[in-house]
Amino acid sequence: MSLQVRNLTKEYGQQKAVHNISFELSEGEIVGFLGPNGAGKSTTMKISTGYLPPTEGDVLVGGHSVVERPMHVKQLTGYLPEHNPLYLDLYVHEYLNFIGKLYGIGGTKLTQRVGEIIELCGLANEQNKKIEALSKGYRQRVGLAQALIHDPKVLILDEPTSGLDPNQLVEIRKLIKDISTNKTVIFSTHIMQEVQALCDRVIVINSGNIVADDSLTSILKRGTGNVTVVAEFEGAVNVDDLRLLKGVQSVVAVHASSFRITADAGVDVRPEVFRFAADRNLSLIGLKQEENSLESIFHALTTQQVMHSEN
Amino acid sequence: MLQVLSKEFNSFLNSLIAYVVIGVFLTSMGLLVWVFPDTSVLDYGYADMDTLFSLGPYVFIFLIPAVTMRSFAEEKKAGTLELLMTKPLTDWDIILGKFLASFLLVLVALLPTVVYYFSIYALGNPVGNIDTPGVVGSYIGLLLLSGVFCSVGLVASSITTSQIVAFILAAFFCFILFSGFESVAQLNLWSSQALLIKQLGVLYHYESLSRGLIDSRDVIYFLSVIFIILSISKLILGSRQW
Repeated sequence: MSLQVRNLTKEYGQQKAVHNISFELSEGEIVGFLGPNGAGKSTTMKISTGYLPPTEGDVLVGGHSVVERPMHVKQLTGYLPEHNPLYLDLYVHEYLNFIGKLYGIGGTKLTQRVGEIIELCGLANEQNKKIEALSKGYRQRVGLAQALIHDPKVLILDEPTSGLDPNQLVEIRKLIKDISTNKTVIFSTHIMQEVQALCDRVIVINSGNIVADDSLTSILKRGTGNVTVVAEFEGAVNVDDLRLLKGVQSVVAVHASSFRITADAGVDVRPEVFRFAADRNLSLIGLKQEENSLESIFHALTTQQVMHSEN
Repeated sequence: MLQVLSKEFNSFLNSLIAYVVIGVFLTSMGLLVWVFPDTSVLDYGYADMDTLFSLGPYVFIFLIPAVTMRSFAEEKKAGTLELLMTKPLTDWDIILGKFLASFLLVLVALLPTVVYYFSIYALGNPVGNIDTPGVVGSYIGLLLLSGVFCSVGLVASSITTSQIVAFILAAFFCFILFSGFESVAQLNLWSSQALLIKQLGVLYHYESLSRGLIDSRDVIYFLSVIFIILSISKLILGSRQW
């Protein structure tokens, strides 16, 4: 089921949180929704779930307008709000039963579904605990479980991994990946690696405007265009010799034997470096192309626009 | 609506709230009706339940806001209200669910006092010398009154994220609604309008019901007050949409 955001604008008083954005998720797609804090990610998601009304524009879930048919859209979507609010005084299975009933599931179907979802989200050992007794990672699983209880076609996750430790991060990412088969998923984050781990397409939003909507690979290419290679040799090497290599723009010595080599746009300098080492009988013990660092691209995408809008 | 009702009521039972409310209400009423000489029916000499029905509302002014204060304030603070509102529920489902849960708790607290009726019935001389229609009317009045208090408590809870603020506001407005109008009407300003002002207050209609005559006007008054106050909380919940 598709999710279409059409010319969406949201104003809080004078402040424009979201400015005329449009995008579309086709059925079964997972998309990362990226942006700095306060960019309008949560606002867009809150409108998509029917919690907030748009000032202008509309969101269609499977062709149904969230403005005109909020009940229908709410039935079709699963939502994990930011900070994952939960009823801490309820037991895990009790909570899931309650949420299930809100979606109109009842009787043996509900019992069966709750069992399934507890299994799927890895909560089997925790189901008889109170939510307040759970660790953050498990609470996040409970949050995902409640969003999934009615088997929604569209899943909206607002920062599903914020505040988790690295192990939990991996687990929750894996869980999202597992549950997202045949669902349309949009999740927000401000961590680029997250997008890389979960999906191909990314929508970058900054101060209420979409600044990029593309596959991750082509966004990565957009960076500065230069490729940086880190080469490590066994023993010292003269920096100036490296500078003479074809296509090399600049070389920075990290240690006496380790160098960060920046090449011209579109040039892969690695074979040159390898031949350089071979010719001189040097042992090359490390040669690594730096991902044109995700952070710097994120930074580039989300700061230009701020300057632009301030002008 | 029923799902919200049962969840809310269960959370009363699972926390101490229900037991504290019922315990405090029954203890204080028991002491007032049977033990304290100033108000005790045993010393009073007349077989009626006036003590319960005249002091009960004042106990409710403190107890009901304590029951309702968390209903919205806590959910707003924890963010779970957003969760509820993105489920296929209307605002009315949420409001009525919470309202009925609080009301049900009050009903449960009030139920054991029916024993008082039978005790006084048996203690009367001659036995059974008690104004039964008056008691029935008073019970209906007290229930409707607690409905009003519950709705006031819900509104107070929906305008703030602080339970303490919700409690104080609710207790204050319950008091104003209950006896404020009556007292204002006694000011020497209104002349012929005094009765009208008195009729705006809850006390006038409560007393009218406790005479044992179930006047539809009084019942309609209570139901409309509850409806109007709940509509205010609907308005407040909907204000996120503005």
